[in-house]
Amino acid sequence: MADTGMLNAAAAVTQPLRGTLAAGPRGPKPKNKFSRSNIIIYGTLFVVALYYALPLYVMIVTSLKGLPEIRMGNIFAPPLEVTFQPWVKAWQEACTGINCDGLSRGFWNSVRILIPSVILSVAIASVNGYALSMWKFKGSEVFFTILMIGAFIPYQVMLYPIVILLREAGLYGSLTGLVLVHVAFGMPINTLLFRNYFASIPEELFKAARVDGAGFWAIFFKIILPMSLPICVVALIIQVTGIWNDFLFGVTYISSPDRYPMTVQLNNIVNSVQGVKEYNVNMAATLLTGLVPLVIYFASGKLFVRGIAAGAVKG
Amino acid sequence: MTIQNASVSIKNLDLSFGAVKVLQNLNLDIGDGEFLVLLGSSGCGKSTLLNVIAGLLEPTDGQIWIKDKNVTWAEPSERGIGMVFQSYALYPQMTVEGNLTFGLKNAKVPKAEIAKRVARAAEILQIEPLLKRKPGALSGGQRQRVAIGRALVRDVEVFLFDEPLSNLDAKLRADLRVELKRLHNNLKNTMIYVTHDQVEAMTLADRIAIMKGGKIMQLGTPAEIYGKPQNLYVADFIGSPSMTFFDGTVDGNIMRIPGHDLPLGRYEFTSQPAPGTPAIIGVRPEHVMTGDNLRSAPYTTVVEIDLVEPMGSDTLVYCKFGGQTMRVRMDGQAQVAVGDRLTIGIDPAAASLFDKTTEVRL
Repeated sequence: MADTGMLNAAAAVTQPLRGTLAAGPRGPKPKNKFSRSNIIIYGTLFVVALYYALPLYVMIVTSLKGLPEIRMGNIFAPPLEVTFQPWVKAWQEACTGINCDGLSRGFWNSVRILIPSVILSVAIASVNGYALSMWKFKGSEVFFTILMIGAFIPYQVMLYPIVILLREAGLYGSLTGLVLVHVAFGMPINTLLFRNYFASIPEELFKAARVDGAGFWAIFFKIILPMSLPICVVALIIQVTGIWNDFLFGVTYISSPDRYPMTVQLNNIVNSVQGVKEYNVNMAATLLTGLVPLVIYFASGKLFVRGIAAGAVKG
Repeated sequence: MTIQNASVSIKNLDLSFGAVKVLQNLNLDIGDGEFLVLLGSSGCGKSTLLNVIAGLLEPTDGQIWIKDKNVTWAEPSERGIGMVFQSYALYPQMTVEGNLTFGLKNAKVPKAEIAKRVARAAEILQIEPLLKRKPGALSGGQRQRVAIGRALVRDVEVFLFDEPLSNLDAKLRADLRVELKRLHNNLKNTMIYVTHDQVEAMTLADRIAIMKGGKIMQLGTPAEIYGKPQNLYVADFIGSPSMTFFDGTVDGNIMRIPGHDLPLGRYEFTSQPAPGTPAIIGVRPEHVMTGDNLRSAPYTTVVEIDLVEPMGSDTLVYCKFGGQTMRVRMDGQAQVAVGDRLTIGIDPAAASLFDKTTEVRL
């Protein structure tokens, strides 16, 4: 469910006990601000930033223009007359098929898919990782390897078998079925994340808790989970963005346009071939769809790299 | 030595990880209120043994008895043990008080009783002012006190220590060592203590078990271990600086080493070896006599000093003797220099003789 960039960022947090020492500035004192190397570095950064920011800028200004203004062709020009009508239309009135109640329907479908999927997958994966790192049993490594192999099988291979599975279970086309698919596909990567994080928690802490009479669940909830906020946030971000941005499973396992997730609905709005192409509405719809992952990133970015286990062991 | 009133008994214990035998047919009885130290270099199985006693590892074969109860398959919390770890292993998100009470809450001890026990432990360990703090805000010594307190509040039969002082600096280690000894004198609990530090072992232990390769090489009081090591490994391991060993043969009451025939005199043989038995004699640096002590020496000779290491309280002198570099411990005030000629005396009664092939004490 996750792209590789997310994984690299996540890998940095899977070692919670290291890196806490790296506080404070290090290295030689900075030299002249306008040195040649600084100009090159910041120049490059500026160009790259522009490269990424420009499309976003175009989308925002276009979404705020009326159609006549867009037809004049100056896509970089700020709107002469700001209008929020395209946003309202995208949210409430845009038509997909026979439904003309805008993206709001897809948004709420996506929310209904997202919340149970994220909660279930993070909950199960954390327990998986906990059991696989701290309660090793005979064959636990084999079990883990099988789970990891699952992460490398292309989704396309599994699409049709899962259709059959869901049909047999009577869940094909329903939101519940899609939630189950998301939970299953999030399992390998999230289990790996949690397992590696828990493996870096000192084993003696776990032993001490056992001597103190705590069992499987007591250790998990009272000792391990309170130390695991950073990795929970990482898993949360991976799952929220992955599931929210999913298109393939949504379009495959949902049978009725009434229940399409937001991404599928966005595609249907943008790619509709009838009538006038309403660029401003399309832009607004796309921005609306991307809003949830954006908010998640901004809200939890700081927790992404925080280790709270400092002081657990020798110091 | 058989223990009448054993607190912990280990019977024919085996533990293997795959093909690797970590503990081999281990038998050990630990008396009530005894302070037993498991001593050995890393990888000898001492920590593993402690983990098996604690119930954190399952033995492959054999039994563990604590207070006349077979606990081989019991959960750690049901064995009546408390454990103190090298890394302290305090729960970072809980306060000191939370750390102390976690086990009691799991055991559903009544609140009033919990408060009473925490107060008592805090008083004994002098950690009352720290109760509301989190482990991150404590120094190493304070953390280790809290870790000991966690075992203390549980009111257990047996305390298990897994190298509890190894993470502390030298001065603090010496202080806490004394405190531990005092704690044991007051509480009179059975304590099993794992360490690789022989000073800790000698100072704390009622008895020491020296381990190597999953076996106990010798079990005895510190004096026995130091004075009468049962085999070459123990002789070499205990004592710092260690014994100097000379190869030779035993002929009745004479130990022949290259260039010298040492009269064995009052040496107490375990069993008199046949004449001509190849043997090794080990002499502790502090048992080589110099100066005024020479009068009582059964054998004296003159050597040339090779190297001098002044250590403050005493001076370590290296000299050539019997084809070896021998270490001699002298007074810290001794006026000696490299190249000086020194008369030394050797009393084989204080030395240790080992069979060359079996490496067992003669």
